[in-house]
Amino acid sequence: MLTIPCPWCGDRHESEFFCGGAYEKARPARPETLSDEAWVDYVTVSPNPAGPLVERWWHQRGCGLWFFLERDTLTHDIRPLFDGEDHEPR
Amino acid sequence: MSRVDRGSAPDALIDRDSPLRFTFNGRTYTGYRGDTLASALLANGISLTGRSFKYHRPRGIQGAGYEEPATLVQLSGGEDATNWPVTRVPLSAGLAASSVNCWPSPDFDVGAIAQVFSRLLPAGFYYKTFMWPNWHLFEPAIRRAAGLGRAPTSEPDHLRYETRFHHCDVLVIGAGPAGLMAALAAGRSGARVLLVDDDTAIGGRLHADGDLVDGRPASDWLKDIAAALEATGTVRCLSDATAWAHHEHNFVMVTERGPCPAHVFQRTWRVRARQVVIATGAIERPMVFANNDRPGVMLASAACCYVNRYAVRPGKSTVVFTNNDSAWHAAFDLHAAGIAVRGLVDVRPQIPASLLKRASSAGIVVHTGAVVQEALGGRHLRAVRIASRGDGRKTTIDCDLLCTSGGWNPTVHLYSQSRGRLRYDPNLAAFVPGEARQGTIPAGSANGAFGLGSCLAEGRDAGHAAAERCGFAPAATDLPVVSDPAYRIEAYWGVESFGSVKKAFVDIQNDVTVSDLELAVREGFGAVEHAKRYTTAGMGVDQGKTGNVNAIGLLAALNGDDPGAVGTTTFRPPYVPVEFGAVAGHRPGSLLLPYRHTPMTRWHKERGAVMYEAGARWRRPGFYPRAGETMEQAVTREAAAVRNGLGIYDGSPLGKFDIRGPDAVKLLDFVYTNDWDDLGPDRGRYGIMLSDDGLILDDGVTFKLADDHYLMTTSTANADMVYRMLEGLLQTDRPDWRVAVTPVTEHWANATVCGPTAREFMRTVGTDIDLDGDDFPFMSMRVGRVANLPARMFRVSYTGELSFEINVPAGGGLQLWESLIEAGQAFSITPIGSEANHLLRVEKGFLSPGHEVDGTADPYDLGLGWIVSGNKPDFIGKRALEIRRASGGPRRELVGLLTADPHEIVPEGSPITPDGRKEASEGFVSACVMSVARGRSVALALLRDGRARIGQTVSIRVKKDVVRAAVTKPVFYDPAGERLRS
Ligand SMILES: [Zn+2]
Repeated sequence: MLTIPCPWCGDRHESEFFCGGAYEKARPARPETLSDEAWVDYVTVSPNPAGPLVERWWHQRGCGLWFFLERDTLTHDIRPLFDGEDHEPR
Repeated sequence: MSRVDRGSAPDALIDRDSPLRFTFNGRTYTGYRGDTLASALLANGISLTGRSFKYHRPRGIQGAGYEEPATLVQLSGGEDATNWPVTRVPLSAGLAASSVNCWPSPDFDVGAIAQVFSRLLPAGFYYKTFMWPNWHLFEPAIRRAAGLGRAPTSEPDHLRYETRFHHCDVLVIGAGPAGLMAALAAGRSGARVLLVDDDTAIGGRLHADGDLVDGRPASDWLKDIAAALEATGTVRCLSDATAWAHHEHNFVMVTERGPCPAHVFQRTWRVRARQVVIATGAIERPMVFANNDRPGVMLASAACCYVNRYAVRPGKSTVVFTNNDSAWHAAFDLHAAGIAVRGLVDVRPQIPASLLKRASSAGIVVHTGAVVQEALGGRHLRAVRIASRGDGRKTTIDCDLLCTSGGWNPTVHLYSQSRGRLRYDPNLAAFVPGEARQGTIPAGSANGAFGLGSCLAEGRDAGHAAAERCGFAPAATDLPVVSDPAYRIEAYWGVESFGSVKKAFVDIQNDVTVSDLELAVREGFGAVEHAKRYTTAGMGVDQGKTGNVNAIGLLAALNGDDPGAVGTTTFRPPYVPVEFGAVAGHRPGSLLLPYRHTPMTRWHKERGAVMYEAGARWRRPGFYPRAGETMEQAVTREAAAVRNGLGIYDGSPLGKFDIRGPDAVKLLDFVYTNDWDDLGPDRGRYGIMLSDDGLILDDGVTFKLADDHYLMTTSTANADMVYRMLEGLLQTDRPDWRVAVTPVTEHWANATVCGPTAREFMRTVGTDIDLDGDDFPFMSMRVGRVANLPARMFRVSYTGELSFEINVPAGGGLQLWESLIEAGQAFSITPIGSEANHLLRVEKGFLSPGHEVDGTADPYDLGLGWIVSGNKPDFIGKRALEIRRASGGPRRELVGLLTADPHEIVPEGSPITPDGRKEASEGFVSACVMSVARGRSVALALLRDGRARIGQTVSIRVKKDVVRAAVTKPVFYDPAGERLRS
């Protein structure tokens, strides 16, 4: 069980959250401009590093916020990734 | 009784004025308050206390705490429990305990016949013998024969458990000298401290070792420090509470036995600490030699504990066998307690002069450079045979107690669970904590500092460091004055037992011997994790607390390696056995994930509905059997009622989302494949949602309430997932869109009436909504009143018949339902469950998530190409859909199947293969029902290139047979949809 830092509620127990998985980059704004290979890559290849990984988490049983954080897959060290109103990763 | 007479000196922890009667294996004995079951049994002269797991060898008591490997007991009566180490059962009045693993008693054990055949049961025996045809065939019988205790038979909720969360700055695990100083130092610095200890009294080994602290008995010092901890106002102390799991982010599970109030049996604390001080002490290793499991063979530290703490003499005459200094002090304590020490056998040729001098003044005969070769005796130790390591000369010494010490292992289990590294320290011949991975600080014996003085100092420093890391300035804390004798050891793993035909045990509890390890290495299972599984060493209830490091040392010797290179096996929670109840707490049974109920659930149950899981934790009626009806008869009756007359069902669990804002259409256009900008007011439209891989996520109908206000419906099972997706999209990908999604599933109760007489019936119910087909057409909605309730009425149909979905605020759900049922009597209204619903939708070829929508299908596969808009530049899944379509490969497509035998019901999921051969499938049956409209079985299937094969025959593989079926269009009833539009 991890401690997850919610930007709105602060440190909360992992059981209150849903992990939305790895997040590499925003969905391409104009998918039609990508090559087939690039699109298939975007859809099917998820980052899986042994180390820091940006993830999306949802405070499902709390305030309902979706937000980003960076979690080290080896150590579970967590670094919050948010600033103010903008929930995009820094 | 064999108690030490202390004269006027008081006992700290046993109360000789409070005798307690208890029974063990049916016989009654007496002990004192403060005893454990083990100390009371030893005081009564009981040394044979159990039988071993595999060979049913006689066993006694070897330890004094959780490390006990030999005797596990079953408790009966009020606190039914099993596999408790006899050493950790506090004595209480009327306690009734028995040995596990023997029948009828340890003295006369039928299973002991296994000893005769023991040569036939080497390591890996079961794996080798019971391979063919299938291990699982033999497993239950083997487990029964080998099992330890039996599961409690009392009611599951007989005992009260609870769990609670706790947050603190510093968690100190262990209230021995190191933990007490750590708690005091951190508490005085201002940190909020939780101190937990698995013993019933604080002090740890101080009670067992009989040390003086500040020149006074340790028990006096403990009273002072307890008062000092109390005085900090920031330290909370839990006794008889074991920390058994150390997870990420310093999340530690602690189970407290016998907490306050008394009606709570156990309480589990889920502790989140900023810093954890691990002061868990150390556990002594036994020596390995032939018959080292005989009753009467005991850890030196345990014998010392029985003498000093419980005033019990575990024997009359003893031999001590060791490779380190600490057992010498144990021998001196035993001697002082009136036990005749007949010999002190040390593997080391050179012994420090101070120890030799004390031994000599006590008149103890010392055998240096010697080992105990074998324990003699059967049910009780009679004598030991010792041999000189130099010239091999053998001597036999009579004794009824053999105390062994192979050195001390820091209790690193929790530290290792916290992902802290371990390293082998050759000076201590033990694994000690290395680099920490979390905010954890090991201190005292747990850190390899075995002397009392260094324990106290390390504890204080750890408390200060932990407090400082939490932002508190360390407050001065003085250390008491103690004597701190040196600890010297020469590694000895019992290698002289190699090749022995007599059993020399490494893991006493699991009956793993030196020869088992030798076999494992010979057969290629010499790596530590392999050897563990091959021999089961360390896999008992005690998790090898005493045996593991000996096994590592022996493997190192066999592999010609260093113990540090062999390494340890993985330490996993729980550190001690934990009752399921202690984990579940207040939430036994299905309360763990509570079911969701509609306002009508009670009505359904009272009418005898068989309730089904409907996804997303909703329960829905499956069918309403009448007296004497089979399930099939009930489902057929319900489905026929809808086709021919009038049915009603509770559609409340259907996912419902209120979508509001100027960008509502933008959202719908993005998540659905079709166009939404031309939907008229009060009209609904069917849509399918894809994920960005172009596969179907969910489907449902969305209604337009106003230009900026829509009501989206989803399938019951996928509602939570769709909400998560919509929120994620709007919050992180499209935060600039001005639209909000509110889940309103539970806000509305839904009763759906369906069947050819539905309109006629609705007119009798009382509504101000014009029900005429031209005014209220299919796929539209109206707001008004139904049965005196404010209502939204929708014309959609999942059954293929004329349907009215009536939604009222949830509070009015039951009133609506009962009004409809009452008014429906004239129409023979029939409540239907999800089974009939399923049957009706299969007849119509409507899709169902989990059946046809299985996460591999796209809209074209299911014949829904018409719903994919070509007008939109983008929607979720568009690009992947285009790429897949362009590739043109054959796809599994939705078709109908009619089996050759019209009575044949094919199980869902049955594979379709070329000509019914046993090879890769070309599709599967997604649903098969006995159609009431067609009077025969009908099925839906996903079939490779299916639409091109309509009219052909395919072969379905069922259990032992192949079923032939004709491929048809996936609709078996009213293909033009005239009835649902009527
Ligand atoms: Zn939150």
